[in-house]
Amino acid sequence: MKRLIATLASLLSISAAVAQDIAPDALVRSVSSDVLEIVHKDKDIQSGNIAKAVELAEAKVLPHFDFAHMTRLAVGKDWRKASPEQQKALVDEFRTLLVRTYSKAFIEYRNQTIEYKPLKMQPTETDVWVRTLVNQTTGKPVQIDYNLEKTDQGWKVYDISVAGVSLVTNYRSSFAQEVSLGGVDGLVASLRAKNKAGAASVAAGKK
Amino acid sequence: MRGRLFVFGRHVLAPLLAVAAIVSSGGCATSGARDARDPAEGFNRAVFAFNEGLDAAVLRPVAVGYDAVLPTPVRSGVSNVYDNLADLFIAANNLLQGKPADAVNDAARFVFNSTFGILGIFDVATEMGLEKHEEDFGQTFGRWGVGPGPYLMLPLLGPRDARDAAGLVLDSLVDPVGNVGHVPTRNTLSAVRLVNTRATLLPADKIIEAAALDKYSYLRDAYLQRRRSLVFDGRPPREPDEE
Repeated sequence: MKRLIATLASLLSISAAVAQDIAPDALVRSVSSDVLEIVHKDKDIQSGNIAKAVELAEAKVLPHFDFAHMTRLAVGKDWRKASPEQQKALVDEFRTLLVRTYSKAFIEYRNQTIEYKPLKMQPTETDVWVRTLVNQTTGKPVQIDYNLEKTDQGWKVYDISVAGVSLVTNYRSSFAQEVSLGGVDGLVASLRAKNKAGAASVAAGKK
Repeated sequence: MRGRLFVFGRHVLAPLLAVAAIVSSGGCATSGARDARDPAEGFNRAVFAFNEGLDAAVLRPVAVGYDAVLPTPVRSGVSNVYDNLADLFIAANNLLQGKPADAVNDAARFVFNSTFGILGIFDVATEMGLEKHEEDFGQTFGRWGVGPGPYLMLPLLGPRDARDAAGLVLDSLVDPVGNVGHVPTRNTLSAVRLVNTRATLLPADKIIEAAALDKYSYLRDAYLQRRRSLVFDGRPPREPDEE
């Protein structure tokens, strides 16, 4: 019995180590190709079912995102002003906002193909950009880049840049404005209101 | 986005830019936190509201119709023709930016797409591995070390920083569509380009609506980030004040 447990334990640690050892570019590639395959097959997502797209994002994509880091980056200087409770509220609300935005993007750009740029990376690096080019059926290809950081739980995405625009730092000045008008609580309240409106539009079945 | 700028040609452009320059130098009082990059925020917000109204009333409905009526290969062919015309202009800007290899790439794109691609309808150059670039005079100035200057929201033309507004004047002077001598042809070509560009941006509407707390500042910040990224050819260093 002891041996069995020991074997199981070592197997578990091996599989955990394997998960951590996936290179950042391989991680981005496998997650995006999984997601694209599902989006291509799923009739509900094809016809604009945002709740289904959110479900897909939650299951496949979000485990690889570091939302606390994203929120810190978006809030910038004001992050240190926030109490631990406020910080938690900010992360929760910002997560909801990003997930809904990301899921809409799935639906709007469902017919795309992705080209992966080769990653030149030193073994000691802990912060890398994985660069991709998304080809649309019409119009110019869009550059989408993922900024990943090496953590104890493997590589985590903490910024996404679409056509050179960071989805995270793009909030910085509007967040700063909210904080200067209503404090950190004011920012949390605005995010909550935005998410409430967004959830209502999902419930109403709007695309 | 660039398609939008040429539409009204150089005749309308000069007075518009002059108005924008006067207003921005005068500055406008705004409430709340002020953004140093956007000194004329009050004026810019008013112009933005006007542009949004015009888009909702005219341009967007036309683009939706265009998108619904024409099949994807046709829309893609239209985009390719305009993109092909732009490649020579892009080659010239790459040369001015000291990137001769990219300039040769762009010129080769134009040659292959104009011939094997049947006047640019098919983008065979990309299939051949010749990458499409995006350059204009605003980026060239940025490459030469000119800072972006204040942010402006131009009536009809949309967001520009001062550097790009100056670049825009030069862009429109050498724009092949704007230089077509036959006025009805030029206007038709310009209008189709505008509608086609707007149609390619339709999916972005819904995403911005989902993402933005305040659409004006979200688009402003996205525009400024995008232009900065383009000046660095898609690899901008992180802003120093981040984190």
